[in-house]
Amino acid sequence: MTVTETISSPTPDRRHANAGRAAATGGSPARAEAAAGYALAAPAFLLIVLLVLVPTLGIFVIAVTDWQFGERSLDFVGVRNFVDLFGDATFRAAFFNTMAYVAVTVPGTTILGLAIALLIESGRSLRAFYRAAHFLPVMATLAAMAIAWEALLHPTIGLVNQVLGDLGLARPNWLRDTSLVLPTLMVIGIWQQLGLAMVLFLAGLKAIPQDLYDAADVDGADGWLDRLTTVTLPMLGPVTMFVTIIMALRAFEVFDTVRILTHGGPGNASETLLHTLYVESFEYLRTGYGAAVTLVFLLIVIGLTLVQAHVMDKRVHYT
Amino acid sequence: MIGRLAPVITAAFARHAVLLGTTLFMVMPFVWMVSLSFKSPDEFFQTRFGLWPETFHGIENYTRALTEVSLARFMANGAFVALSVLVLQILVAAPCAYALAKLRFRGSEALFALVLIGLLIPQEVLGLPLFILFHLLGLLDTYAALILPFAVSPFAIFLLRQFFKTVPDDMIHAARLDGLSELAIVWRIMVPTAMPALAAFAILSVISRWNNLFWPSIAISSEELMPPTLGIVFFHNEEAGNDYGPLMAAATLVVAPLIVAFLAAQRRFIEGVTMTSVK
Repeated sequence: MTVTETISSPTPDRRHANAGRAAATGGSPARAEAAAGYALAAPAFLLIVLLVLVPTLGIFVIAVTDWQFGERSLDFVGVRNFVDLFGDATFRAAFFNTMAYVAVTVPGTTILGLAIALLIESGRSLRAFYRAAHFLPVMATLAAMAIAWEALLHPTIGLVNQVLGDLGLARPNWLRDTSLVLPTLMVIGIWQQLGLAMVLFLAGLKAIPQDLYDAADVDGADGWLDRLTTVTLPMLGPVTMFVTIIMALRAFEVFDTVRILTHGGPGNASETLLHTLYVESFEYLRTGYGAAVTLVFLLIVIGLTLVQAHVMDKRVHYT
Repeated sequence: MIGRLAPVITAAFARHAVLLGTTLFMVMPFVWMVSLSFKSPDEFFQTRFGLWPETFHGIENYTRALTEVSLARFMANGAFVALSVLVLQILVAAPCAYALAKLRFRGSEALFALVLIGLLIPQEVLGLPLFILFHLLGLLDTYAALILPFAVSPFAIFLLRQFFKTVPDDMIHAARLDGLSELAIVWRIMVPTAMPALAAFAILSVISRWNNLFWPSIAISSEELMPPTLGIVFFHNEEAGNDYGPLMAAATLVVAPLIVAFLAAQRRFIEGVTMTSVK
């Protein structure tokens, strides 16, 4: 299954299984069918209500209270949590760091993913090898790989600094230096997501009809650069939008590396939204405040997802 | 002849040069992790380094990873949770997807809208309210806390519904005439037609559970219930960064199952993971 196949807008083209039903059962087939429908859908319905709908609504309620987990009472405080949020240095750092993280890793993964996909497709040899090698980090357990990165970046015995030392260069403490810690996490983020962008672009490249290249050939666009600018890149436009949003959604969710490698430090230099959400909600148990952070995060993610749905709707017309 | 071939050869050379460079960047953390997992403590504090260990310390490191912390237990927990979640997700999603795809009942549009809302809400957002809910139910720090929040996958419903819609109604009529119940139709007629999608979904679901750190960090505090992600973080904190060998051995063991499975079935894995993108 490719992305294209799974994408489709929900259309109400349900075909009804009524007619045959009447012949088979007699009685009131429509009622029997509805009863079956309710029975089959009930477990999923109840679980979505209990595990998704009610919890989501709950956040809106908790976010306007001063509830601390474990306390028996709480007060309605209106929008105070949100006012506090933007006055709080840690939250502001988390917000701006996350924005910076997204602003760097999204173009990083998208452009590198596209470049690598184009390079892999431009030749025949070792295609499967390169694809697999670049895809490995996407599915490798990030919690474990973060620890491998820590060893790689160790200030004295890590491979990176040993090589830098051999070259006579400075050997920074990548994860403890205020100005380097966020860029270091960005590099790890790009390393992890790059392969996903790459496979999405590879699928996009496969979907470009050969006719278009033939036509470009006839029109005299036969150099690789001509083919790239007249056919490949324009045809990849919708995929690129799609990849950008996926990468953004994943970048906003950065958590594992921060949790394991930096705890948001030094200072607040690598604090991110999801990490602040975690610390406020589950370490400080400031439940009302944590709910407000959660809502900010939810708004961003929903905004991006709606843009994505819009793009996907457009994309259907291409395929 | 040579003049015409030269650019082709140069291009091929440049392609491999760049791709080998990026490949090195991609695999280096893996190589370094495995390399350290074979080394003795003396060796990585030497200023000179090599990827290949001078004295092979692998057996000791891996033994310590498996005995000092309950790594085997963490991995068994991870497998148990991932499989339980997957079974539950399919048991819950398939009948609902069939109802949405093929049965007419009042409220089905509203139900489908609810599924779409479920698709929209990221798991991290549900962390706080589910923490409170599971606290109220007295289920925090149990296997149930690791499994139940994922029992319903709106994505699985959405995906299966799409596949089920392509099954001809005549097949369903014929099955009914043969006396199959609606539930039997779901499992014997519909689900088999969606096997490729289900396989991709299964991979996606297992990867998501195995690799998830966020929710287990919230729900679990007992060492014996920890999944691999939480277990390796626990080990990392215990070790305080001095003895890399066993820690890297543990990291290697946590990463290994998915990597081995991926290398064995690359196409399926890529299908599974790219499916997330639609979520």
